Amino acid sequence: MKADGVKRFLLGAIPWLGAIALWYAVRLSGIVNPSLIPAPHAVAMKFFELLMHEGLLVDVWASTQRVTLGVLLGIAAAVPVGFLLGWYRPARTLADPMINFFRALPPIALIPLVIVYFGVDETAKLVVLFYAAFFSGVIVMYEGVSQITPLYIRVAQTLGASELEIFRKVIIPLTVPHILTALRVALGVAWATLVASELIAAQRGLGALIQNASTYFLLDVIYVGIICIGFVALVMDMILRMISKRLLVWQERAVA
Amino acid sequence: MTSESNKRTRAQFEHVSLAFDTPKGKLQIVDDVNYSINDGDFIAVIGPSGCGKTTMMNMLAGFQKPTGGRVLFDNAPVNGPGPERGVIFQEYGVFPWLTVRQNIAFGLTLRANRVAPSEREAICDHYLSLMGLSDFANSFPKHLSGGMRQRLAIARAYAVKPQFLLMDEPFGALDAQTRANMQNLLLQVLAAEGKTVMLITHSVEEAIYLASRIVVVTARPARIKEIIEVPFPYPRDESIHERPEFGQLRSYIRELVMSEYRAQQAQTSFSE
Ligand SMILES: Nc1ncnc2c1ncn2[C@@H]1O[C@H](COP(=O)(O)OP(=O)(O)OP(=O)(O)O)[C@@H](O)[C@H]1O
Ligand SMILES: [Mg+2]
Repeated sequence: MKADGVKRFLLGAIPWLGAIALWYAVRLSGIVNPSLIPAPHAVAMKFFELLMHEGLLVDVWASTQRVTLGVLLGIAAAVPVGFLLGWYRPARTLADPMINFFRALPPIALIPLVIVYFGVDETAKLVVLFYAAFFSGVIVMYEGVSQITPLYIRVAQTLGASELEIFRKVIIPLTVPHILTALRVALGVAWATLVASELIAAQRGLGALIQNASTYFLLDVIYVGIICIGFVALVMDMILRMISKRLLVWQERAVA
Repeated sequence: MTSESNKRTRAQFEHVSLAFDTPKGKLQIVDDVNYSINDGDFIAVIGPSGCGKTTMMNMLAGFQKPTGGRVLFDNAPVNGPGPERGVIFQEYGVFPWLTVRQNIAFGLTLRANRVAPSEREAICDHYLSLMGLSDFANSFPKHLSGGMRQRLAIARAYAVKPQFLLMDEPFGALDAQTRANMQNLLLQVLAAEGKTVMLITHSVEEAIYLASRIVVVTARPARIKEIIEVPFPYPRDESIHERPEFGQLRSYIRELVMSEYRAQQAQTSFSE
């Protein structure tokens, strides 16, 4: 068991080592001007410098907090809405085109309007993240809920279940996997939207860090910011995957 | 368990028809089906695949409304499913998110037929051992074979003791020995609890062995081809398989079913 874990860890490390090697290779090959590609070790050094002296953790925390809050609020709204759309066909026919319209809008395009209506403080960033999380989550929810087969509901009915019992004992367990998938999708989209939301005059945050660094052409700082976003997003996804695995032991296959 | 005239009528198909709207127009599935099921009857329905047997049962279970005629249960038009009509579905419908034991207990945790936890556990243990699932009590259905899932679905339906059982090919996925076991178990349950049953099957032997009456239906659209009284009194045991009347009845019904099967083949090759 333990040896298996070590093996998995090593296997997982190979692509990372490969990526770093490729990074060095590109830099050394001279295809790109080396001054445009900071070396991995330089980026690592910058990382420790920012961590120790520039409060990198404050940025990480600010962004993580925004993303988490935006996703939680977005999904809290997407679950009931997606559920209704998936469950009641007429509601779906009614709302489908509109949902797809708003979903197709990149959140970045909304930023000027958000600034007009919500100003430039924390609320404005939350609104953009909420928007991104809501529309990505709602689609996953309603696609999932509309695929629930009536068979299980019929079985419960013939065993004497009331509407409420069917909801509690059949529909909720069948919905949980879709809520978890919606959370994972929304998290991905929210991290992608983060930089955009922090364009709205954020003081701190990984998006702000990247933004400020780009003004001064500090490539190594940009790299640090990007890697941090990827890393925190990866950790959050791993946590969600662990929760899914716990909750969905019954599924034929683990959630991909 | 024969259909004596003093028995109360439980279910009635009154000139029942059903047509589905399809892109290619109306598709007639059930056509003018007319028969009744009395208290204590055991009806077996037999007919070629895709002819409309499940559809017929769905109307009595309350999942589908006839487009013509009426389906009555206890003299009232069927208006949705209910716990007095237990259903064993052709696709089993075992709940994947519950363990085997929790699946059997499901009905007993509902308000309609809730029992004390100790009694619930006793009922679960009883059916777990009857169905040969004790070793898998705490497994999830993903670890069960098809036949085991089918037995689990049967256990779950029996556990709430419905007076009327609708069984859609309930033993179809079982090997011959398990199947014989399940048939005998069903006969025991019926003798003890006096249920009324509508069973859909493809096995002529099974129909004769279990049923008091056999309804042979035609290829789609399902009409009644013939209703045959099975002359063997209950309680029955496997020795009736050896009786000469059994063999005669079997050949007779087989021929009826085969002719419908041939009719269906001819139909489908025409439409293609
Ligand atoms: N919702 C539906 N819309 C259109 N056609 C349907 C629908 N449901 C069932 N059918 C058709 O009705 C016919 C009868 O189906 P049914 O499930 O009742 O057959 P069956 O006699 O139970 O067959 P089997 O023995 O294979 O289980 C089939 O040809 C099927 O394609
Ligand atoms: Mg069927």
